[in-house]
Amino acid sequence: MSTVAVIDYGMGNLHSVAKAVEHVGRELDLDISVSITADAKTIAQADRVIFPGVGAIRDCMAEINRLNVGRMVAEAMQTRPVLAICVGMQALMARSEENGGVDCLGLTQGDVRYFGDELRDRSGAWLKVPHMGWNEVRQSRKHPLWEGVPDGSRFYFVHSYYVETSREDLVAGKTTYGEEMVSAFADRNIFATQFHPEKSQTAGLRLLGNFLKWRGES
Amino acid sequence: MGLAKRIIPCLDCDNGRVVKGVRFVDIRDAGDPVEVSKRYCDAGADEITFLDITASHEGRATTVDTVRDIAAQVFIPLTVGGGIRTLDDIRMMLNAGADKVGINTAAVFDPPFVRAAAERFGSQCIVVAVDAKQVAGDAEPKWEIFTHGGRKSTGIDAIEWCTRMVDYGAGEILLTSMDRDGTKSGFDNQLNCAVSSAVRVPVIASGGVGTLEHLAEGVLEGGVDAVLAASIFHFREFTIEQAKRHMAARGIEVRLSGGTV
Repeated sequence: MSTVAVIDYGMGNLHSVAKAVEHVGRELDLDISVSITADAKTIAQADRVIFPGVGAIRDCMAEINRLNVGRMVAEAMQTRPVLAICVGMQALMARSEENGGVDCLGLTQGDVRYFGDELRDRSGAWLKVPHMGWNEVRQSRKHPLWEGVPDGSRFYFVHSYYVETSREDLVAGKTTYGEEMVSAFADRNIFATQFHPEKSQTAGLRLLGNFLKWRGES
Repeated sequence: MGLAKRIIPCLDCDNGRVVKGVRFVDIRDAGDPVEVSKRYCDAGADEITFLDITASHEGRATTVDTVRDIAAQVFIPLTVGGGIRTLDDIRMMLNAGADKVGINTAAVFDPPFVRAAAERFGSQCIVVAVDAKQVAGDAEPKWEIFTHGGRKSTGIDAIEWCTRMVDYGAGEILLTSMDRDGTKSGFDNQLNCAVSSAVRVPVIASGGVGTLEHLAEGVLEGGVDAVLAASIFHFREFTIEQAKRHMAARGIEVRLSGGTV
């Protein structure tokens, strides 16, 4: 049996992601056990780790720091596949503009920016923030988690901040909303998505299935 | 290409069954909510909204079970509304697998509740549902917020109310025209336009859909980000896929491959 730990640092609803992973495990006939946990030992022993997150970064980082989650993620990514989702992805970066500027974990190279209140598309139309709904993800590079996911598939997003990085080689997917942003990110054993695969129906479940089969790096 | 406009089927549920009241009377049974949700999801629905209209206290437990059953099988966003009055109500629905909750009456009677909810759970899961009714003429239209299924006026201006709810942390506005709800005569797109251009968060239009063109008009004339409909889908007058194709043919960006990839 293989184990998946969904890190619970008290922010938001982790049931969706746990349920989706369990569902995919059953569909693929994999013997997996999913736990929603903040327990360092359970996370250290899990074969795969999911680092989710919703809500405001300041509150998330406060709990991440209080529970020492950064160390758990840093340790996991040395040896095992880690999937970071939404604010989980943002928390891996160096710093976020949200809440007047918040230091994040700095486990990879990038920063988190605000869309701004005057975001417009190419035709000049005003774009709503948060970026909420289904948008296209263009795959920037090959990766085991993209296996069988058609390039340009739509995934479900809900966020007001996005990741920017100078390390083009770490960008796994891009999406346009007013400007081009990083919607998927891959660094060694980490795969991170700004979108919610657990809410993205067929394409999202496929990505989660790929994560359950991925052995890390690529 | 960019963000798709969303089509959201709404399930009004009473004691564990999908129903649709025309102007909140003459309730017709439209099936099992879990089966209906799955069918919509497979047909490419972008989200599901589940509105609990169960009056009794015992019925609430059924609702939680139903939400849990839907969430275990449907992997698109699920919003649950109806009777959400406390932070515990929200927690209970999120724990059952809802992604967002719709707050309506409680927001009117206790606006700071919306702020508390957004601070605790994040704006992304707080949808404020607004029931608006036109109270002044077409030349300079005005709308007010109504409660109790459109029977009681509150005297609150709808546009100001939506702006205030967004300031309090609402992540989305679900805007229902009480004049149009159940009439199948199309959205109130003047209302949709007025709210959508006043708030920076997404607006979902609701109330009045009778044809596929009405859905397209909500986006093209009302400027909304998502369209919600119940009866045209429940009684299989149209499928979600037909709705998507119609909107695409009218030049609206939609997610077409949803159910088939």
